[in-house]
Amino acid sequence: MSDADASRDKDEPKPDAVDTKAPEPEGAGGATDPSDTEEQSRSQSVLRQILESSTLVVVMAVVAALLIAGILICFADEDVRTAAGYFFSQPADMFSAIGDALGGAYSAIFQGAVVNLQAESFAGFIKPFTQTLTMATPLIFAGLGLGIGFRAGLFNIGAQGQLLIGAALGAFIGFTFHLPFPIHLLLAVIGCALGGAIWGFIPGFLKARTGAHEVIVTIMLNYIALYLVAYLLTREAFQREGSSNPISPIVDESAQYPLLLGSQFNLHWGFILALGCAWFAWWLMERSTLGFELRAVGANPHAARTAGMNVSKAYILVMVIAGAFAGLAGSAQVLGTEKVLTTATAGSIGFDAITVALLGRSRPLGTVFAAILFGGLRAAGPTLQVQAGLPVDIVLVIQALIVLFIAAPPLVRSMFRLPAPAHEKEVAA
Amino acid sequence: MSAMTTEASSAPQQGASGQVVKTKSWKATIGLGAVALISLLFFGFGTPTGVQTTFTVATSTDFIAVPSITVPARAAAVTLSIVALLLTGYVAFRANQFRKVGVWLPIVYGMAIMGALLTWAGADRSGTTIQLTGLLTSALFLAVPLVFGSLAGTLCERSGIINIAIEGQLLAGAFLAALVGSMAGNAYVGLIVAPIAGGLVGLLLAIFATKYWVNQIVVGVVLNMLVIGLTSFFFSTMMTDDPSLNQSLSLPSIDIPLLASIPVLGPVLFQQNLLVYIMYVVVIVLQIMLFKSRWGLRVRAVGEHPKAADTVGIKVNRTRVRNTMLGGAVAGLGGAFFTVASGLAFGKEMTAGKGYIALAAMILGRWSPRGALAAALLFGFADALRVQLGIIGSSIPSEFLAMTPYLATILAVAGLVGLSRPPAAEGIPYKK
Amino acid sequence: MKLELREITKKFGDFTANDAISITVESGTVHALLGENGAGKSTLMNVLFGLYDADGGQILLDDDPVVFSGPGEAMAAGIGMVHQHFMLVPPFTVAENVMLGHEQVTGPAKLLDLAAARSKVNEISERFNFHVDPDAVVEDLSVGAQQRVEIIKALSRDAKVLILDEPTAVLTPQETDELLEIVGQLRDSGTAVVLITHKLREVQAIADTITVIRRGKVVGTAEPTDSQEHLASLMVGRDVSMTVDKEQAKPGDPVLEINNLSVVDSATSITLLDDVSVEVRAGEILAIAGVQGNGQTELAEAIMGVVETAGGSVTLEGKKLTGRSIRQVLDAGVGFVPEDRTEDGIVASFTVANNLILDLYDRQPYSRGGAIKPSVVRDNAEEQVERFDVRTTSIQALTGSLSGGNQQKVVLARELARDLKVLIASQPTRGLDVGSIEFVHKRIIEERDKGVAVIIVSSELDEVYALADRIAVMYHGKIVDIVSPDTDRDTMGLMMAGAHEEEAA
Repeated sequence: MSDADASRDKDEPKPDAVDTKAPEPEGAGGATDPSDTEEQSRSQSVLRQILESSTLVVVMAVVAALLIAGILICFADEDVRTAAGYFFSQPADMFSAIGDALGGAYSAIFQGAVVNLQAESFAGFIKPFTQTLTMATPLIFAGLGLGIGFRAGLFNIGAQGQLLIGAALGAFIGFTFHLPFPIHLLLAVIGCALGGAIWGFIPGFLKARTGAHEVIVTIMLNYIALYLVAYLLTREAFQREGSSNPISPIVDESAQYPLLLGSQFNLHWGFILALGCAWFAWWLMERSTLGFELRAVGANPHAARTAGMNVSKAYILVMVIAGAFAGLAGSAQVLGTEKVLTTATAGSIGFDAITVALLGRSRPLGTVFAAILFGGLRAAGPTLQVQAGLPVDIVLVIQALIVLFIAAPPLVRSMFRLPAPAHEKEVAA
Repeated sequence: MSAMTTEASSAPQQGASGQVVKTKSWKATIGLGAVALISLLFFGFGTPTGVQTTFTVATSTDFIAVPSITVPARAAAVTLSIVALLLTGYVAFRANQFRKVGVWLPIVYGMAIMGALLTWAGADRSGTTIQLTGLLTSALFLAVPLVFGSLAGTLCERSGIINIAIEGQLLAGAFLAALVGSMAGNAYVGLIVAPIAGGLVGLLLAIFATKYWVNQIVVGVVLNMLVIGLTSFFFSTMMTDDPSLNQSLSLPSIDIPLLASIPVLGPVLFQQNLLVYIMYVVVIVLQIMLFKSRWGLRVRAVGEHPKAADTVGIKVNRTRVRNTMLGGAVAGLGGAFFTVASGLAFGKEMTAGKGYIALAAMILGRWSPRGALAAALLFGFADALRVQLGIIGSSIPSEFLAMTPYLATILAVAGLVGLSRPPAAEGIPYKK
Repeated sequence: MKLELREITKKFGDFTANDAISITVESGTVHALLGENGAGKSTLMNVLFGLYDADGGQILLDDDPVVFSGPGEAMAAGIGMVHQHFMLVPPFTVAENVMLGHEQVTGPAKLLDLAAARSKVNEISERFNFHVDPDAVVEDLSVGAQQRVEIIKALSRDAKVLILDEPTAVLTPQETDELLEIVGQLRDSGTAVVLITHKLREVQAIADTITVIRRGKVVGTAEPTDSQEHLASLMVGRDVSMTVDKEQAKPGDPVLEINNLSVVDSATSITLLDDVSVEVRAGEILAIAGVQGNGQTELAEAIMGVVETAGGSVTLEGKKLTGRSIRQVLDAGVGFVPEDRTEDGIVASFTVANNLILDLYDRQPYSRGGAIKPSVVRDNAEEQVERFDVRTTSIQALTGSLSGGNQQKVVLARELARDLKVLIASQPTRGLDVGSIEFVHKRIIEERDKGVAVIIVSSELDEVYALADRIAVMYHGKIVDIVSPDTDRDTMGLMMAGAHEEEAA
């Protein structure tokens, strides 16, 4: 089949009509061969449709997800169901029940994620938003790493495992050694990044050397990391003294991120570090020669190799960088909010970060905003539970729906009857 | 081969871009050899001399009583490890000739290593024995969702759709089986509705993959989140508000006459519930249909070279949508295992990653129903072993045993199944 | 059966691939559709076959209008097609491929009737002397044999009209002759054959009627007896001069020396490049001629380090290139225009500006200290676009949106931006229009005149004759002979089939 491949160029019409000395220029300027575009979309980054979806589609996807979640909320609301039972005798009851249920839910989300209108102090007023930023911090870190991977053509499903191993190493440094403040923190942060990087190196190396598909390897490594940490937590070196539970000692205060806004708020310096990393990720991908290389490898590994780039090295580097970022996400947990290592340290951050990177279209700025959005939904969880009596799981539904809609712009456009874009807009590659 | 010789005069076969799949690869040999060596050193020579391991095979219900088997531990463990090494040698021999090894090899190899491990673990423990029948029964039982899941993956991927959403399909099946089964008060009703839930998840995957060309891995991962979110949401609201919607139902065990009284095999294979018997049928039917029927030929053509299929009038995307739904339904049926077939009520995220292990079993089974069954049984065995070793108090941390399916899969994708290959058009949307 | 296409029009966006094309094919005749690459021949046939929907026009079978919504319907109506890229499922056997889509089943379980498929293959295979084993796996077959499987596939469906799309592109001259013989047999048995090609000799050898298509339009019909020059000028739209204006070469010292170079496919152990030795001097163009798939691609890629060598060496001014990375070979002053432009030459989703620095991005002045300098990249792009007359809306446009010719100019501009000692260009004008071809040829000759040692790999004899100062003919991974461009075409053809010059002449 290689012969057939080699002669692919002869395929379909190549309208070269715009060339200089074409005798009969009848084709229009810059027309593209249909088979060519097909070829490209296949060989190009798999996430193209997501990367290129327009802002409007993003907004509409969020709206659509909230609407569908609204239906679920009504469905689960006992008052609504009761009222539905006698809908035909008193329909107004049902509508007011629906209104109450939705109003309760959405206001709980707002008050839990943005500002608390019932608060008596300014601190209480803005506390929800600082909580949102706190929740967003690990998502920013991990989302940045995944975004870099996506742009280099690697599908890293392994942030979960990378985060956990990073957290384990960082936490170990944090509670085992006792050093003065900035040095201890610095070492622990580096430990987190290193742990994640090691766990990212494995699939990168295997892909580069054996062609093992990174999706499969990273999924498997997530579980291996989980069991490895579970095992470590049964060992003396990791287990809290006098406890037989799988929980580590508390990380020294000298290795914790200092609080950013004082003791009233959980927001810590990890958030600032995350923003710094976002800037770094932008510089890396848009301005550095390494980023140029990674993007080229992601978009067309054959052409990248022919241009003298080392594709294997790029795969390994990308996974190491993505792993380091995921490890830093672990630092936000063990050195920031939780201060201990457990098997639940990763929560669902690794998977949430995938949705963050997708929603942020793998761009650093987009990732930061997406992380704040999803962080807000997470932060609103307790309020939802207490104020509206809704389980936190609704957040997961909203999150999944948003990403599904983002991924299929035509679906969103047809739902809202938006016009299709005239042409794919150009992205600075 | 005869065609090759008649073509000797024409231009040489050009692997111009080096994309020929057959490679002389030593990765498999190295991987298998390393594990076999570790087994020899650790389980073989790690077993003290002069002690014995006792395997109990009989259960009280057996028709014919079989006595327990006691073997000299060290000799047995060493022998089994050497068998594994010999198999490695065979793999090397075949690799040298560019030939694949049959699916039997990893099975026999796996059994040898497991046997060595069991012998080592059970050595010199007076009072405790290795409960072989119990071990196998629970291995089969634990393999059930993996078999259904990996069959689902095989069905989808053979038509060119990557199914990462097996986890979600299992969970959806488990949920709906519990819900509708509870409403009807009958576990069998749960078995009927479970495929519908899985099929719906499959339909969503198919629509996003074929109509909107969304990356199939993205859809799969997100669908898993969606199903976890939805089922957990309804569990925490509807089912918690009204516990009668989530009862512990159970499928009765059905003994197959005669077959059930065969020693060892009888209790393991033929004293099971209906879902297990359905599983046997599904594996056999799919194995035949996929490789011997018109439907199977067309499905495989669509997964390998969709354009070629299109040019002979096969509707590519329709085939893919149907297969993905069918696959989803199979996984949904497997999901019923967690609730009605295990006698449990639904619980949040109760599939606990089994869908991903099923994905691994599909890869290890080289995209064939037969292989999927073998790999799933191996993983089920590893799981059962973990429980058994926990009971007899082995020095192997259970976490490491729990890791084995995942480690095996990584080794496999990095080499062991390097000789095999996924369907060529997998994951690529078909656009005219 | 008579097939008539009436005023068929097919547009892709603004581009009209087929503009009101009408042809009629009678049964028992061979109708040749002659046109350059990209003239719209394949599009027309895909419309006929129901793979594309036409924007206008009618298809008539025996004077009855028909509409095919897909290939299945076209086939049911008796139209068969041998696609340029074979539509065979590689891991399937010949019998499975032939039966696919109209399988016969047997037994109570309705399983595939492989025996019936086998005997069908054997029957057709014997009728036309194909020597195809029904149980052979298709991916193990040679290209020629695969093509015969395609023909069996069409005939097993009782095709009354058989379309052959560029059937000889991948065949050796001998296989080509065999194919033409088969086509003759088919015609004599009453099949209507449509032969799509751009090769004049084949048309003259077998066609009964000739329709010439240029830029999506029928520009005329011709007789097989018309002169080649006449056919060629119809095809390209003006009198073609077979040569490019160029000075006599002034070869200097040998720059690139290739000694006993071999490449073995690691997967199949097939020798792709067999003990090749040749040297290229400064200021000369060495053309590598041959039927595609005889080791030319591997030769170019082995020099570049894209494929691993199994033996021998390449030296550049005495320094060894073999064993070095692609990057080091590029750094040593070798420029490379890869054969497959879209696959290896450009990153379609990158901007024109970025593609222009694809192998320069980490050098001064484009970057310093690991950081790219956007302004330098921009200035460079402006300059190159101007110099190479790349027609693009902006330097920030995605390269994938450019036409093939302009993409090739981007590749060329990038490679020529470095100081080269050697330029290797594989199929430099494949798929380009006449204007772009001329432009590319001029640039290559300019490089030669600057003293660069140039290697051109081309399967187009016209291009070889137009550019070469010396011609190395390859067959079965070996260089058969190195000859001067005065060698006549017949001799060249025989050499491309493996005969040495003295035997050929």
